[in-house]
Amino acid sequence: MSLLSVSDLGISFGGVVAVDGIGFSVSPGEVFSIIGPNGAGKTTLFNLVTGIYRPQRGDVRLDGQSMIGQSPHLLVRRGMARTFQNLQIFFRMTTIENVMVGRHLTERSSFLADLLGLPGVARQNRLTREAAFALLERVGLAAYADVNAGSLPYGALKRLEIARALAAEPKVLLLDEPAAGCNAIETEAIDALIVEIARSGTAVVLIEHDMKLVMRISDRILVLAQGRRLAEGTPRAVRDDPAVIAAYLGDHGSREAGRARG
Amino acid sequence: MAEFLQLLFSGLTVGAVYALVALGFTLIYNASDVINFAQGDFVMIGGMATVFLAAAGLSLPLAAFIAILAAVAVGLLLHRLAIEPARGASPVALIMITIGASIFIKGVAQIVFDKQFHSLPAFTGSDPIALGGATILPQSLWVIGGAIVLFAALYLFLERTLLGKAVLATAANRLAARLVGINVKVILALAFGVSAAIGAIAGVLVTPITLTRYDIGTLFALKGFAAAMVGGMGHPLGAVVGGVLIGLMEALGAGYISSTYKDGVAFLAILLVLFFMPRGLFGGGSVERV
Amino acid sequence: MLKGALRSRWTTLAVLALVMAIVPLIAPSAFYLRVAALVWIFALAALGLTILMGYAGQVSLGHAGFLGVGAYGVAIGPAHLGLSPLLSLFLAAALSGVIAYLVGRPILRLKGYYLAIATLGFGLILALIFQSESAVTGGPDGMAVARLTVFGWRIAGAVQWYWVSAGVLLVGAWIALNVADSPSGRALRALHDSEVAAAGAGVDVAAKKLAAFVVAAVYAAIAGGLLACMNGLITPDAASFMHSVEFVAMVIIGGLGSVLGAVVGAAFLIVLPQALTSLQEYEQAVLGLLIMVFMIVLPAGIVPSLRNWLTERLP
Repeated sequence: MSLLSVSDLGISFGGVVAVDGIGFSVSPGEVFSIIGPNGAGKTTLFNLVTGIYRPQRGDVRLDGQSMIGQSPHLLVRRGMARTFQNLQIFFRMTTIENVMVGRHLTERSSFLADLLGLPGVARQNRLTREAAFALLERVGLAAYADVNAGSLPYGALKRLEIARALAAEPKVLLLDEPAAGCNAIETEAIDALIVEIARSGTAVVLIEHDMKLVMRISDRILVLAQGRRLAEGTPRAVRDDPAVIAAYLGDHGSREAGRARG
Repeated sequence: MAEFLQLLFSGLTVGAVYALVALGFTLIYNASDVINFAQGDFVMIGGMATVFLAAAGLSLPLAAFIAILAAVAVGLLLHRLAIEPARGASPVALIMITIGASIFIKGVAQIVFDKQFHSLPAFTGSDPIALGGATILPQSLWVIGGAIVLFAALYLFLERTLLGKAVLATAANRLAARLVGINVKVILALAFGVSAAIGAIAGVLVTPITLTRYDIGTLFALKGFAAAMVGGMGHPLGAVVGGVLIGLMEALGAGYISSTYKDGVAFLAILLVLFFMPRGLFGGGSVERV
Repeated sequence: MLKGALRSRWTTLAVLALVMAIVPLIAPSAFYLRVAALVWIFALAALGLTILMGYAGQVSLGHAGFLGVGAYGVAIGPAHLGLSPLLSLFLAAALSGVIAYLVGRPILRLKGYYLAIATLGFGLILALIFQSESAVTGGPDGMAVARLTVFGWRIAGAVQWYWVSAGVLLVGAWIALNVADSPSGRALRALHDSEVAAAGAGVDVAAKKLAAFVVAAVYAAIAGGLLACMNGLITPDAASFMHSVEFVAMVIIGGLGSVLGAVVGAAFLIVLPQALTSLQEYEQAVLGLLIMVFMIVLPAGIVPSLRNWLTERLP
């Protein structure tokens, strides 16, 4: 039984077809990667799935329920969380506060109680902070907890976004280029993190350009080109797919992919 | 019918001034993304400086000319001392800076000039001209005519001269303009200077009709801004159309509905445009990339 | 540890209370207490803006309009409706909140300078109404306001007003500090930095913005009511654009997002003209200059800059 099921999604912007009839499904604990050249429609697809754009056709179902038309802040209530290609960190807040915001849905406190500083608020703050700290430990950022997020290195910020997304205890985690701009060491850390997240039962959908990363950790891969599905399958199958090789990887890329898989 | 025509004439007159203020807004906004709240104060400087210079003995044309130069100088100083140093600040910070500049200019004006209302003699006499059952002041024709000449001049400048095209290029994409060798700082200064001149000329033209005082700038700025919003922020033609529309709505509203809430027309227009048509009449659309 | 104290809400309240206790001891005459009372009242209004602009990042150039609602509310209630001034104050504050709720829904969909201009337009319309509906509001000359009585005690005189306004400000500051360190406060600060990410984390961005807008309006209305009762008079320029600009200048100069900053900013902009009474005609020029200089040179504001400077020098 698939957790996230996307069918026949389509959208155009002013006559340009960005996404054309894409469908896929993801099961719990699976790492599903979406790759493709720039402009293939990957981030648009993400934005469609996460409610930032409204699709002109198609459906997105989480646990069998349609998510179309839901505003983004309600989607996370259903169990879907995401990170962003252009970091959307809360730069004026500390590292741990960033993750604490991610706990928003689990927090029991009314605006009135917050205004009056009722005792429940202090307790809620403590609970949220503890949960956030545990998440920071999970992604390896505990040492930065009370540091201003703006002073963190780039790779750390990428992991912070993941921690914030995890804070909502999602069933599906969508990562938009989690390793973009990261060096080899940072990429490895993210690599390990994603595998650990999947192992804990969360479904992970990610967009990536780093072929080594993708081939190494994915259970299945979807290849997009010009808004359409080019190929889908296991890393090995995709790597050997002639259409994919021609359009995206090229012979060199295919050899690289082969080496990554060993 | 005669009443309608009368209101139409006064609406066109004041609308022409709003259009000029809006045009100034648009020019600066296009070149620098700054909403210049001090725009209305250029109108004030044009009128007040002419009055005081003429009172000091200069002939009217000379006084007006120097007044316009003074406004241009203020515009250039505004750019150099307040806008340039704050480059990179948030849009709201920039608005606050121009608001501060406007308050500063008003503050200086009340010291350099005074706090009274002043007028200028009409250019060609003040005997109303009969037209279609209504009357129109000769000065109104000066205002409308002057505005049309300025629109045409600005249009020709932007579309037909190299410097004008440089302004358009800077408006479209500042970085690209810089990369092709356009000195953006000079262009921005030019935008401020030209806007100031336009505002000041409008001030000189309209003072014989509406009088002038050290603080009239704010209301002109707000209405000019409303006009620019109605037309579509950044579209010169929109600024003109918006100005005329606001002027007409104001006059007709004052005549047929209520004259106490005359100023409210522009304020209401701002809200309505922002709620229902934020791009204005001529504005295009844009997509936010996440 | 000292660094922590610098940020704790109790420190802020203690500092504020301390200053409030000291001022009457060093004030040479009742006049100074009156000025101080004005500072507390305007600081209260500025505090509302701190929550809206400082925490949530939503600009309002029409804040004085809500001050006007509160001020005219306490004037009109007793004069035209026969209500007690205290009841009128509460009703006016509630009305302000309701107006903010209704207007806020469409207005807060706008961002950046569009929002600034929309709030500006709205504030102007309110000011225009106060100025034009002479039968109800007394027109451009304003109207007299009945004195405030609380459970039989008629508040009059500089000393009494000093303590009343100080007390109300302290409560207002306590509330603002509570919000800052709470789930709602984090949600507001988050949407300030990235609405998209805040929504992605489950924050109902529209609802939170609206809540901040309503709270700010209520703060302004209460301040307006107190101002009107203290002065015994209210005129339409309490709700003017210039006043709205001054409030924004207060929170920016004092320090956006800082409770103490709102108070410092209010003190700055109220005491300065008093100090310049001999140079009264320079008042506007100085105000304009101050706004420009602060926005260009010290955009963070006085209190945060001071706090950063101190924390850098402490162990």
